[in-house]
Amino acid sequence: MIEMKDVQKTYHNGVTALQGIDIKVEQGEFVYVVGPSGAGKSTFIRLMYREVKPTNGEVLINNHNVAKLKEKEIPMLRRGIGVVYQDFKLLPALTVYENVSFALEVIEDSPKKIRRKVMDVLDLVNLKNKARFKPAELSGGEQQRVAIARAIVNSPKVMIADEPTGNLDPDTSWEIMKIFEEVNARGTTVIMATHSKDIVDTLKKRVIAIEHGRVVRDEQRGDYGYES
Amino acid sequence: MNREVTTVMKARTLKRHLREGSKNILRNGWMTFASVASVTTTLILVGVFLVIMLNLNEMSEKVEEDVQIRAFIDIAANQEDIDALEKEITKLSEISTIEYSSKEEELENLMSSLGADGEAMAMVNQDNPLNAAFIIKTADPMDTFDVAKKIKSFDHVSSVEYGNNVIQKLFTFNEYARYIGIGLIAALVLTAAFLISNTIKITIMARSEEIGIMKLVGATNGFIRWPFFIEGLLMGILGSIVPIILVIGGYYYLYENMKDRTFVPFFELIPFSPFVWQVSLILLGIGAFIGVWGSVMSVRKFLKV
Repeated sequence: MIEMKDVQKTYHNGVTALQGIDIKVEQGEFVYVVGPSGAGKSTFIRLMYREVKPTNGEVLINNHNVAKLKEKEIPMLRRGIGVVYQDFKLLPALTVYENVSFALEVIEDSPKKIRRKVMDVLDLVNLKNKARFKPAELSGGEQQRVAIARAIVNSPKVMIADEPTGNLDPDTSWEIMKIFEEVNARGTTVIMATHSKDIVDTLKKRVIAIEHGRVVRDEQRGDYGYES
Repeated sequence: MNREVTTVMKARTLKRHLREGSKNILRNGWMTFASVASVTTTLILVGVFLVIMLNLNEMSEKVEEDVQIRAFIDIAANQEDIDALEKEITKLSEISTIEYSSKEEELENLMSSLGADGEAMAMVNQDNPLNAAFIIKTADPMDTFDVAKKIKSFDHVSSVEYGNNVIQKLFTFNEYARYIGIGLIAALVLTAAFLISNTIKITIMARSEEIGIMKLVGATNGFIRWPFFIEGLLMGILGSIVPIILVIGGYYYLYENMKDRTFVPFFELIPFSPFVWQVSLILLGIGAFIGVWGSVMSVRKFLKV
């Protein structure tokens, strides 16, 4: 499903963020990506939806080499991947409903389908009653739930999250994780970079640890492995 | 997945872009106002210039059209000579029209130009002292002098009459005035386009994150550009409303007050309609162009995410 073969990423400023990355993630897996700050987690995550292009090696999503995509083909790739960020990245001028429906307008779904899908997914993240609110009127946890709704409304095969609970308090973080598990239970692959020892050690999943740009550990039902 | 996004737009997507574009106008209230205001300022200047330029142009064209060469034919010339002369003149490539005016017609012309006094001339009808003439116009009025000189050297031409030095100077003046006018308007439009694209750039800069998010959920560049295109178009159109009203109102006032006062020869304003509507259309077009250009140019650099 997702495969990296000997991937290396060196940025223009000469910093090598990743090297010798060889991993394989099967459809439906739930994977934590852990490691110290600056170890290369974000680069690792961004490679998958081509926000970052590898310097060397192959990044295969459904057997297509993402590294070789033309500029014009990138939107298609991103439509198949839902991404959730630490800072939510919602459009402040749009309502909750509009933020989510935007992802469907992009793929030119019919208005009827859009309405149904958006309401379904807002139901899933428990925000149906706040559809008309603007992001600024919501709590952090609620905003992240909107972002998750936007990421999954298109029923992507993969959901990628870059420290989705980084800005949230523990209680809210657990709410988010509950939604992630639900999304994963529907068959969506979830890849989540995180700094939360609590979450990784409690909700046991596969753990990939990255240090100094290399994978140093890859185990099923692993521990966080660092002091928090 | 390894497929390009289809480039054919569905009707509902166009509708969506129209909706988003017009919503953005309201969402970015102050920035919209700033952009529209700069379009308005520019277009007022362009409008005033256009009206002045076009009127000057019209006047000078009228003057130029009146310039003709009158080649008087030797009284001694017989019909054959006259035919030969006509052929010779017609051969000149600069000529646009040539017309024969007989002695009698020349006299009639003279009489009518003298008005009531002309009737006194009726008595000379029997013994018409005037020459028959060819009345010649050149395609380009600027050629009048060269052509007149050439004709003068032909056989059976007794004399040649044409516009004097003053008219030659007027021609040169008109030529320069035209170039300067066109240059000024072009400079004005370009400056405005830059000003506006800068204003819009600031608007869009504030929205670069928005563009980034659109790209991350899989929007194509075209999809992102469309609402901005429409927004620019609307701003340009909004910006041209006040200048158009001013031009229509101002010209109406000017025209109504000037039309009966012909205190300077040739000084006559172009009739109100359809001139004013044409100028309005030009202003609307320039406004729309500046808006779209400014908007599309500024969004371009943010599309590289």
